[in-house]
Amino acid sequence: MVLTSENIMALVDEKFGRGLLTWNENSDILTLTVPPEMNLKVLQFLFENDQLGFRFLTDLTAVHYPDNAGSEIAVVYHLHNLVANVRLRMKIFLPIEKPEAFSATRIFSGANWMERETYDFFGVIFIGHPNLKRILNVDEMDYFPMRKEYPLEDQTRIDKDDAMFGRGGSFN
Amino acid sequence: MTENKLVPNLPLPSGSIQKQTTTMNLGPTHPATHGVFQNVLELDGETIVDAEQTVGYIHRAFEKLAERRPLYQVTPITDRLNYCSSPINNMGWHMTCEKLLGIQTPKRVDYLRIIIMELARISDHLICNSIVGVDTGAFTGFLYVMQYRELIYEIYEEVCGSRLTTNIGRIGGFERNFNDIAFQKLEKFLAEYPGVLREFENLFNRNRIFMERTQGGGAISAERALSYGFTGPNLRAAGVDYDVRVAQPYCSYEDLSFDIPVGTTGDNYDRFMVRNGEMWQSLRIIEQAYKKVKEFKGAEAEVFHADVPEYYLPEKMDVYTKMEALIWHFKIIMGEIDIPKGEVYHAVEGGNGELGFYLISDGGRTPYRLHFRRPCFIYYQAYNELVKGSMLSDAIVTLSSLNLIAGEMDA
Repeated sequence: MVLTSENIMALVDEKFGRGLLTWNENSDILTLTVPPEMNLKVLQFLFENDQLGFRFLTDLTAVHYPDNAGSEIAVVYHLHNLVANVRLRMKIFLPIEKPEAFSATRIFSGANWMERETYDFFGVIFIGHPNLKRILNVDEMDYFPMRKEYPLEDQTRIDKDDAMFGRGGSFN
Repeated sequence: MTENKLVPNLPLPSGSIQKQTTTMNLGPTHPATHGVFQNVLELDGETIVDAEQTVGYIHRAFEKLAERRPLYQVTPITDRLNYCSSPINNMGWHMTCEKLLGIQTPKRVDYLRIIIMELARISDHLICNSIVGVDTGAFTGFLYVMQYRELIYEIYEEVCGSRLTTNIGRIGGFERNFNDIAFQKLEKFLAEYPGVLREFENLFNRNRIFMERTQGGGAISAERALSYGFTGPNLRAAGVDYDVRVAQPYCSYEDLSFDIPVGTTGDNYDRFMVRNGEMWQSLRIIEQAYKKVKEFKGAEAEVFHADVPEYYLPEKMDVYTKMEALIWHFKIIMGEIDIPKGEVYHAVEGGNGELGFYLISDGGRTPYRLHFRRPCFIYYQAYNELVKGSMLSDAIVTLSSLNLIAGEMDA
């Protein structure tokens, strides 16, 4: 069987019921949005179903949408069926007050560090992760730097004197 | 004969730690780690009982930086991911932008890009394999091949002016056409490099000591490798023939014919052999692409970028003399071009595997979110599983044969 978008949608909808999951076919990769408490169930089904066979976790990351009240943090999974060579993107949206999702480490060993990275930068708590601690930032850090409320320094600020960096300026 | 009895250890002073293993720090600045990352090893004699990796020593917040930069300013950031093959990162980024913007590049640009990308792959694998040699005690190979990495860097220099962190190419093509010296150096490389690579292989491939040191060490099964998200030569050494250039061809790779070398056991020796095989294939690809470049005639033979004035800087002479060029120049440099809304994932076959760019644009002038799928970062987490139960000196070889690049790991 050729794994087309229609087939994937039909198989997944048949299992979880029509209307519960949202599909987007207009993106570059078929995108599936799942209620947050179901992420592990859907991943498990996508992994175990013989016809779907999404057994390779390409990437896992998060995006912060501060204007989406109640679902500010999106966790994005990129899955790949290497045999049929089909990609699938799966998203869950979490509220920023309680950004909790189930960990995929039981299915994919590689999810371990990817989830740690996502926790490190966005504060997403992955329930069931064996070792959820910061990975790239220092352990003492008490905020999640990739969230949009931490902007980079404004490049046009004028209160910094260039002379301190050896580039002329007004310092005598 | 006097009776020889094992003398038990002296009782330790009270309060001391009662353990039989030694904890050792390998790294973060140990010369054998070839990069800034740390391994805390638990040793029983010389055998590794457990290992824990620490990364993040050169984390530079690239993803955050990219959120404040127009697209063309993100390119120098990508240089610093896998700095052994930065042109692949640059081109991967340009192709991601082109995918989002819907830019079609001319065929000649594609072939020129392939030439540069495959040269970068050779220089990447060259370093990795010769370092495996150095770590097993064979320094000679490293010195033999270094001249030809130099030649590759000279070709980069002719095209873009820099060597290690290249910032090569622009959105839509190249910043300038390849000059004659670049092509001459490429021809010299194509003529001389096969001999050097053969000599390098003669030193290692059937070398008894090298085989004993590398075979069976750091082995991983195909199933575990897939579960860990391995890609690139490390996955192919375990026997899975996944290569982005074939699975999802980009940049006209579908026009060229080449093989994908695969291993069977996924150990250090197989990784070494797969990388060697890939260098031969890269040479094949460069030859074909170069032949196709030479076949362009007339005006087509001068094309080196797509016609995208919104993103491709105009010729400097035109900026001084033409109004329109001056306007585009100003708009691009000041970052005043709005990027269309969209969400793309684009992957290229980097030196270490699938290098992915996940770019989200909300219609602003900079990416809303940019995530790099860094193959090194993903497969390094398997390291403790690879070295558990092996000797300390084998762990060093495993480390170098995985081709871990700290810049890519920490982003």
